[in-house]
Amino acid sequence: MSISREDIEKVAVLARIKVDGEQVSALEKDLGNILDLVDQLSAADTDSVEPMAHPLDAVQKLRPDVVTETNQREAFQAIAPATEDGLYLVPRVIE
Amino acid sequence: MQWDIVIGLEIHVQLATQTKIFSGSSTAYGAEPNTQANAVDLAMPGTLPVPNEQAFRYAVMFGLATNAEIGRRSVFERKNYFYPDLPKGYQTTQLAQPIVGPGYVDIDLADGSTKRVRIHHAHLEEDAGKSLHEDYHGMTGIDLNRAGTPLIEVVTEPDMTSAEEAVAFAKKLHSIVTSLGICDGDMSQGSMRFDVNISLKPKGSDTLGTRTETKNLNSFRFMEQAIAHEVERQMDILEDGGVIVQETRLYNGDRDESRSMRTKEEANDYRYFPCPDLLPVEIDDAFIEDARSRLPELPDARRARFKEQYGLNDYDAGILSADAKLAAFFEETVEHGKDAKLAANWIQGEFSARLNAEEKSVAEAPITGAQLGAMVTRIADNTLSSAGAKKVFEALWTGENNDVDAIIEAKGLKQVSDTGALESMVDEVLAGMPDQVTQYQNEEDPKKRKKMLGGFMGPLMKASKGQGNPKLFNEILVRKLGG
Repeated sequence: MSISREDIEKVAVLARIKVDGEQVSALEKDLGNILDLVDQLSAADTDSVEPMAHPLDAVQKLRPDVVTETNQREAFQAIAPATEDGLYLVPRVIE
Repeated sequence: MQWDIVIGLEIHVQLATQTKIFSGSSTAYGAEPNTQANAVDLAMPGTLPVPNEQAFRYAVMFGLATNAEIGRRSVFERKNYFYPDLPKGYQTTQLAQPIVGPGYVDIDLADGSTKRVRIHHAHLEEDAGKSLHEDYHGMTGIDLNRAGTPLIEVVTEPDMTSAEEAVAFAKKLHSIVTSLGICDGDMSQGSMRFDVNISLKPKGSDTLGTRTETKNLNSFRFMEQAIAHEVERQMDILEDGGVIVQETRLYNGDRDESRSMRTKEEANDYRYFPCPDLLPVEIDDAFIEDARSRLPELPDARRARFKEQYGLNDYDAGILSADAKLAAFFEETVEHGKDAKLAANWIQGEFSARLNAEEKSVAEAPITGAQLGAMVTRIADNTLSSAGAKKVFEALWTGENNDVDAIIEAKGLKQVSDTGALESMVDEVLAGMPDQVTQYQNEEDPKKRKKMLGGFMGPLMKASKGQGNPKLFNEILVRKLGG
């Protein structure tokens, strides 16, 4: 199975990864190879197999609804690039 | 051309847990920014989510209250998108295997009919943080206290055909989740948020039209306005021969305007996949039965009981039973006030009007049901006239005095119900108004007579310094004037 340049460019936008023209050509080949590998798996008959949500055959433990965390804002904000009034500052976003 | 309106809703309900869905951070509202955002909520490397049992209990209670199948095995998935108030770069949510399966809610409509609205499913997920777009030197401020707050998203089938039905459903859902105690229902703080999917089709057609989604409506009024606005917008386009673009729209309630947020072409490709950090959650019979045992009385049952137990009519019972806190206030009032109908009138009248005027919730009311009940008792036993009761209510509300009998005493509001005293006042007043008496006695039309009778009440109330029992005055007047 092959992957188109358009698909690669779209995935790159969604993943917020910058790729230039030359890289796209290389990715076209590499990703195509990976998809070919995955295609081989499609040969297996999975009609009677339930889709797997998790590789471990275990179920999730739940936690009681009790506050266990304390305020550590100062420690977290010490490593943030920009903060003000207790807020994390990020490049302006308006949707 | 005639059109059918098709409406489906997606409703985000913030669960009233103490902690977040995947961490032990507090969810208390109003804390200083980012003081309740810890390593898991901030998506620090190496952290792992652990789901909150109470969030599952609440979701199961919701499912049981909406006649739904409970998902015995539910799976969390990652919904991937970039936005700075979502630190992980994905929202942990449920998709193919949600905790609550198909269910339904019956809604009552203004014409007295009942309509069933089907719920497709309800799933558990986490809320995002808040972005503050005020100017921080050209940057955006992020508060992640809300990030990770548990939500259930309720998705209906497109079963509603008007704004009235959609609002009735939204109000019913609000009534159910607040009665269950799984959500505080405070819409002004975003505890319930509505997305409305709307499409039009030619009347009677079986083919659905293209739909739009109007997001994040946080009041019933805005929801009603947004639906009216969007229906009209789509109708104008279709009748001009245009086509509806599938898109997400934002509605501005203050200006009654909407604008496109993104079209299908720009739509996010969320690339859902099962979250490897979380195992499937299995819910067993014991958990479900425990949740069932915690179910309080639900609005429909309460409404039926109010009619049966207090003899209320359907309308009064409907209003007083819908909100759990108002219902509790009403029952406390009746317990201390005996007369249920009078209690119902005062709560729906003066009490609700004051709450609305001061934008207060029932919980914030400055008077208790016991106090209002004591006042109702004094109206019922004829100690207070309705005018006197208004003065007592005022004194209770402003906190001037919180004892009803003490207020009546201090303000001299005790009605005179001594028939002898009242009779002599009537004699005196009638003697001073001979023309009106003759006029009354010559009048044949009973309606006009009744109106003329009112003309004597003013002077009588004046003569009794406002303390004469109007009902008794009326009886005496009718007798003395010769029916």
